[in-house]
Amino acid sequence: MASIRSKLADIFDNREQEIAQSWLERQAAGTRRLSPAEQHEINRQSREFLSAIKGAMQQDGAANIAGPAWAPVREFLSNFSASRAKAGFTPTETASFIFSLKQPVFDALRQELGQDANALAAETWRATELLDALGLLTAESFQKSREDMISRQQAELLELSTPVVQLWDGILALPLIGTLDSSRTQVVMQNLLDAIVKTRSDFAIIDITGVPVVDTLVAQHLLKTVAAARLMGAECLISGIRPQIAQTIIHLGVDLAGVVTKATLADAFAIAMRRIGYTVVRDQKTKIAVER
Amino acid sequence: MERIPILKMGDYLLITIQVDMHDKLALTLQNDLTEQIVTHKSKGILIDISALEIVDSFIGRMLGIIASMSRLLDAETVVVGMQPAVAITLVELGLSMKGIRTALNVEKGMTVLQNSLREERQDGDSSRQF
Amino acid sequence: MIRVVNSESMEIRAAEDVVAVRQAVRKKSISLGFGLVDQTKVVTASSELARNTLDHGGGGTVHLEILENDRRAGIRLIFEDQGPGIADIAQALTDGYTSGGGMGLGLGGSKRLSHEFDITSQPGEGTRVSIVRWK
Repeated sequence: MASIRSKLADIFDNREQEIAQSWLERQAAGTRRLSPAEQHEINRQSREFLSAIKGAMQQDGAANIAGPAWAPVREFLSNFSASRAKAGFTPTETASFIFSLKQPVFDALRQELGQDANALAAETWRATELLDALGLLTAESFQKSREDMISRQQAELLELSTPVVQLWDGILALPLIGTLDSSRTQVVMQNLLDAIVKTRSDFAIIDITGVPVVDTLVAQHLLKTVAAARLMGAECLISGIRPQIAQTIIHLGVDLAGVVTKATLADAFAIAMRRIGYTVVRDQKTKIAVER
Repeated sequence: MERIPILKMGDYLLITIQVDMHDKLALTLQNDLTEQIVTHKSKGILIDISALEIVDSFIGRMLGIIASMSRLLDAETVVVGMQPAVAITLVELGLSMKGIRTALNVEKGMTVLQNSLREERQDGDSSRQF
Repeated sequence: MIRVVNSESMEIRAAEDVVAVRQAVRKKSISLGFGLVDQTKVVTASSELARNTLDHGGGGTVHLEILENDRRAGIRLIFEDQGPGIADIAQALTDGYTSGGGMGLGLGGSKRLSHEFDITSQPGEGTRVSIVRWK
């Protein structure tokens, strides 16, 4: 049994060059014209991969690809599919890297075992299993790196969509746009508290005009934000309470913990100004000229 | 013996917590504080926790006890300098800081104490009408 | 598939040990690249549970484990003691509950600060609390 099992390992050893040659030809046939730099890169990657498989097969002829002997191969594939994903290749194009290796390997096996039909069938099957498994691994890595990219972008979006604005010396405004879930709330709290420290503000106006739904969870998140700001010595006002929101809040029985609420940001701003001791006086004599 | 220093600043006392608190140290602080409030007839306590990287329920209880004790001795307590990460964690932890005033820093904390003193005096005056 | 990548144990027998546990958890979470708020949450939870182990469990041990799950890293802390145990876990998890010793927020608070929380305890058989915080 041992001799048959190592046959597949042997051909990666003995026939590495011819497999590499044949494989590169197949890969070239399947894609558009590549630049010399791209071609050079594919050559390099293909040889590196074959060498990694050779090494792995020598240690573990049973091709248990989840095992430690195959770690270099797995790592290569995960880096490979990540770079392909980033470069804009499709999952199919990326997995073809592996699948196009099948024919060259079968050809090499036929050269070695052509006389022994049973052995050839067994080894061909073994090769198929191995390459299928590696192909699937590649596809999954590809998927994972796409998911990582998306979640990175989501995080960036989250950061950008929670700006804190200074309306006056000591008064901050936090216009919230979109739903307020728990991960968003964390970002909101961090941004707000950092701004309170930096600007030494005494008031923060949280405007929820752009928050479509206010249910008990959203209310909880708002209250947490208010509580955190209070611990930093800043008082919060909530503005942008639409009529439907006001009704929902009452029906749900949400207790807004003594937070001052106003329909508009402008009203909340006026209150905050008064609280820190400012009054706004209009000079009646000033005429506003409109340029034509 | 380890002791948290208490600084007199006019009508107020300032405590800066910079080390890890344990039971004995907390008790000593409470004793020292009550003594000093009476000795100096202090009207307010400022507790600076800007050096604390975490505030757990032990510290929270200690702050609450200090605030309650001080109030009995006619002094208001303001906790200042909480770090943002600590504030966010405290809110999640659910620690109620009810009855404890907070401010961003010592300067603002003193303003809070001065305002609350002024209100007290005004109330005091207005109630003395014959 | 969750793998334990690293494991370390510490004794909790005195007040200084609570401080040491906090510092160890802080160090581990920094090495995993936890953000400041996440660090603060897990260190605070560890402080609560370490104090509980000391004050109510008569002392015990904490196992600090670094976990890996599908490229996501996390910290697991397992607090064990051979103390009196907790008769009514549900009640102990209710905030403000004190057994005349101020267990106050320890358990419920740590649960809220963690992504995963598990507790086993029987009167007379000690207590085991396990929490996980993922990056």
